[in-house]
Amino acid sequence: MRVWPIFKKEMRLYFTSPVAYAILLVFTVVMGLFFYLQFSTFAMASMQGMMNPMMARELNVSDAVMRPLFFNTLSVILFLFLMPVITMRLFAEERRSGTLELLLTYPVRDGAVLAGKYLAALALYVVMLGLTLVYVAMMVYFARVEWGALLTLYLGLALMGAAFLAIGTFASSVTENQIVAALITGVILLGFWIVGWFSDSVGGAAGRVLSHFSIPERMDSLSKGVLDTRDIVYFVNLTALALFLSLKSLEARRWKG
Amino acid sequence: MIEVQRLTKCYGPITAIRDVSFSVAPGEIVGFLGPNGAGKSTTMRILACFMPASSGTARVAGHDVFAESLEVRRRIGYLPENVPLYGDLRVAPYLDFVAEVKGVGRAERRRRVAEVMERCLITDVQHRLIGRLSKGYRQRVGLAQAILGDPEVLILDEPTIGLDPKQITEIRSLIKSLAGRHTVILSTHILPEVSMVCDGVVIINKGSIVAQGPIDTLVDQFFPTARVEVEIAGPSAAVHAGMRAIPGVVAVQGVTVTDSAGRYVVEAARGRDVRAEIFALASQQRWRLLELRQVGTTLEEVFMRVVAGEEEVGP
Ligand SMILES: Nc1ncnc2c1ncn2[C@@H]1O[C@H](COP(=O)(O)OP(=O)(O)OP(=O)(O)O)[C@@H](O)[C@H]1O
Ligand SMILES: [Mg+2]
Repeated sequence: MRVWPIFKKEMRLYFTSPVAYAILLVFTVVMGLFFYLQFSTFAMASMQGMMNPMMARELNVSDAVMRPLFFNTLSVILFLFLMPVITMRLFAEERRSGTLELLLTYPVRDGAVLAGKYLAALALYVVMLGLTLVYVAMMVYFARVEWGALLTLYLGLALMGAAFLAIGTFASSVTENQIVAALITGVILLGFWIVGWFSDSVGGAAGRVLSHFSIPERMDSLSKGVLDTRDIVYFVNLTALALFLSLKSLEARRWKG
Repeated sequence: MIEVQRLTKCYGPITAIRDVSFSVAPGEIVGFLGPNGAGKSTTMRILACFMPASSGTARVAGHDVFAESLEVRRRIGYLPENVPLYGDLRVAPYLDFVAEVKGVGRAERRRRVAEVMERCLITDVQHRLIGRLSKGYRQRVGLAQAILGDPEVLILDEPTIGLDPKQITEIRSLIKSLAGRHTVILSTHILPEVSMVCDGVVIINKGSIVAQGPIDTLVDQFFPTARVEVEIAGPSAAVHAGMRAIPGVVAVQGVTVTDSAGRYVVEAARGRDVRAEIFALASQQRWRLLELRQVGTTLEEVFMRVVAGEEEVGP
């Protein structure tokens, strides 16, 4: 499997065009702002905590800063906005410019092309998340950091991102227009977002199925600092399904017609 | 090396190619000709394993393009018609990527990339962004990625389109230098190029093969006569009749004829040279012979005759 050269090429394409920089910049700046707001609230609370030892015990950084940082409504919107941008280029642009024709006639399996591209998107996402570690580093000076909870948080974010990116990859593989790919991704993610709303009104077994697919439901435990096995399975399954569909959509061209 | 049998490809209701069969021997350079929309690119895409045929088979280097696509793709270099390249990459890193994808080892890669850049005359632009190159240079980069990795078979869709005359000559000699070691199938609209570069041609029209074989054979097949162009100042009726009476002459056609002078094309059986007799006739009749020359049959004429049908071909 020649995944590596594809991966390298995708990374190069991310970083020779302004796309990656723009994504990273927007993400870090906005998250930095949120972080500042969260952290100052936290600092205020700890000040008060100094005077009240009972309350201080309750306070810790991942609960008070990091989780709200990632799971407030605004950062969720930021995620929903940025994830499609990371993946929209992957296949759509190659299809539009015709380079896919050349790429798929090289001696690489479709699966390797897909893997290389998906992993590149994932790597960019990891870099994106990694930049927020700067905030963690800053907090190490000011407060006690529980590394276990933090690890859980980041693992959960990575899993969630992996699923979103897989969906984005699929969307990019079905169109030759990047904007359309981004829109499809956004609509699918939004769909996963709001199915939960209907679960209550539908009720019964169908309601349970709907709430099973609902992303906020899944993120709920994540945001509480618990990495539930069922959530892991959910995100892994979602990732696998989306990647499988992407592979099929790539292979569709080889079906006799 | 390339064997195509009864290949048919439909795009929905459109049948792009129908029952196409031809073969290319190892080491041969074959020109794939046809008017716009004839199905050249479609056929080449199938050969390059980009898409499957609706029916029929194609084997490249001994492997079926559908069933053993990966084996075929290891052995081909493909240049698609509009030369799709990554505009955001620089030339040398791009070629390095292609070499790596084609399985050229790390140790060899640098040398191989340098070598193809030299052969395609792009060494001096190797640090430039591909998107900023001129059309001709992009074309050369496209050619470079095709020949990278020394594939047995090259499938080149209009490799010289958009090049300046000097570049065309250079790329042509490059392609020519590939003969023997590589099997090449190239499509083009520049027919003199085919006569210069190719051993044989395959002509396709409206999705079907209409002629194939070595160029000379095709010329004989479609133009069984040799032609001589004559300009004579003399009474036209007599000149016409006189030339028609020369043994072996099958036709005399006037090109521009006035009462007292005319330009004619005289057709005789192939291999029969009637120039001496025309000269003798003219001097005997005291007509002034202004011009007398043999007209070679070009591939162009063959193409026109094959593709457009006889009636549209003037002398
Ligand atoms: N993707 C496609 N979808 C539908 N029809 C197509 C597609 N590609 C090609 N065709 C049709 O198939 C026929 C053959 O096209 P093809 O591109 O093979 O011609 P060509 O011989 O390469 O022409 P040209 O000399 O203009 O490059 C044309 O009628 C074209 O309209
Ligand atoms: Mg074409």
